[in-house]
Amino acid sequence: MKKTQNVIIKGTKDGLTLHLDDICSYDDLKQEVERKLSSSTLFQEEQQLLSVKVKVGNRFLTNEQEEELKDLIRQKRNLIVEDIETNVISRKEAEKRCRETEIVPVAKVIRSGQVLEIAGDLLLIGDVNPGGTVRATGNIFVMGYLRGIAHAGSAGNAEAVIAASVMKPSQLRISNCINRAPDEMPENESRSMECAYISESQQIAVDRLQVLMKKRPNLTRFEGGL
Amino acid sequence: MGEAIVVTSGKGGVGKTTTSANIGTALALQGKRVCLVDTDIGLRNLDVVMGLENRIIYDLVDVIEGRCKIHQALVKDKRFDDHLYLLPAAQTSDKTAVQPEQMRKLVNELKQDYDYIIIDCPAGIEQGYKNAVAGADKAIVVTTPETSAVRDADRIIGLLEKEENVESPKLVINRIRSHMMKNGDMLDIDEITTHLSIDLIGIVLDDDEVIKASNHGEPIVLNPNSKASIAYRNIARRILGESVPLQLLDTESKGVFSKIKKFFGVR
Repeated sequence: MKKTQNVIIKGTKDGLTLHLDDICSYDDLKQEVERKLSSSTLFQEEQQLLSVKVKVGNRFLTNEQEEELKDLIRQKRNLIVEDIETNVISRKEAEKRCRETEIVPVAKVIRSGQVLEIAGDLLLIGDVNPGGTVRATGNIFVMGYLRGIAHAGSAGNAEAVIAASVMKPSQLRISNCINRAPDEMPENESRSMECAYISESQQIAVDRLQVLMKKRPNLTRFEGGL
Repeated sequence: MGEAIVVTSGKGGVGKTTTSANIGTALALQGKRVCLVDTDIGLRNLDVVMGLENRIIYDLVDVIEGRCKIHQALVKDKRFDDHLYLLPAAQTSDKTAVQPEQMRKLVNELKQDYDYIIIDCPAGIEQGYKNAVAGADKAIVVTTPETSAVRDADRIIGLLEKEENVESPKLVINRIRSHMMKNGDMLDIDEITTHLSIDLIGIVLDDDEVIKASNHGEPIVLNPNSKASIAYRNIARRILGESVPLQLLDTESKGVFSKIKKFFGVR
């Protein structure tokens, strides 16, 4: 029976791609990568670093294995691994990603001294009182008064937004941007139905709720209909 | 089996002790058997406000440490027959002399003999607060119409909501100056209740008579003509389950709607 190749090198107009078989054992794969790259006389004379993409199909690679492959390829050639593409992720990671994009409803008043931390988007049905803090890795939507501190995109998502029925926060934070309330707040302003996002000038802007559909079209997850 | 109500505020000087003394006295006037418990160990005041300072023989720490029986430490208030007793705090120890578990046991014992145990809580959120709350079934949060007092009340409500055996707390707004509230120089009652989002059980107007009375060791409730006295009596009636409308501030009402809202605010 003819032995099929476990490693196939393909050149596309975007650069080189290494297709690695996902059926054979990892050790076989490693050996073949090593052999292929040593024996091949391709690009022998080129000194310049070339970036390659690695596609591993349905094989699950641990972080160590990924590092090992990257090192292997780097050693053999003047190649540098740009990206390892795989079709599979671990269940743990899948659950984590799921949580991060989930909307978590909470019906509570967040009072002074209390901190509410959420992975994903927070939908707070209640108020945030002065001295209270809400923090989410995603967006924050407050159905009541926001008078305390809100920190959206706390793990570093600058696209995150904060929206509140009444926006009178003591501080707003998005990713690592911080904005505080002006010292003189006009008493009679209603500040209702407002949102906050990071503007083009890398500062937190507060505006009418309706501008979000233009600034953050990705907020809409609903498809079809209309 | 009685019930234990803790009077707390977080911030100091908003009138916890005055409120405890007057609610307790008002309940006794209504014919209930009441025991006041001062948990402010090291800074006791309740005995002074009640005018019972001279009669203290044993105190809370003596009971906890087994140097006397509960009934030996209780100071009877002769003005109310057999209805009002005070368990004074110790003045020589500090808050760490008592543990929450011991307080719970003590309050449970008192509940066998009295209809209401009113626990006067010290300011702050440390050991003293934890002791005071340990045995309580209900809580009254006292605040004044000042931002700082409301902020601390908010904090304390957050802590009380975490206590499993304490029902959701009720609010007393103390020291209201109606002319300042009318001019908008003081926080408005509606503003405070929506901010804290708990039930209002009473409002008390600022009254010079209160200070005079407590200096004489006589709770203001005993003077039926004072506005503050009526307010405390009303709070006591609400604790007993009566529905009493809120005392109106002597200002023109802002509108029918807010009046109705206020009325229904008190269940």
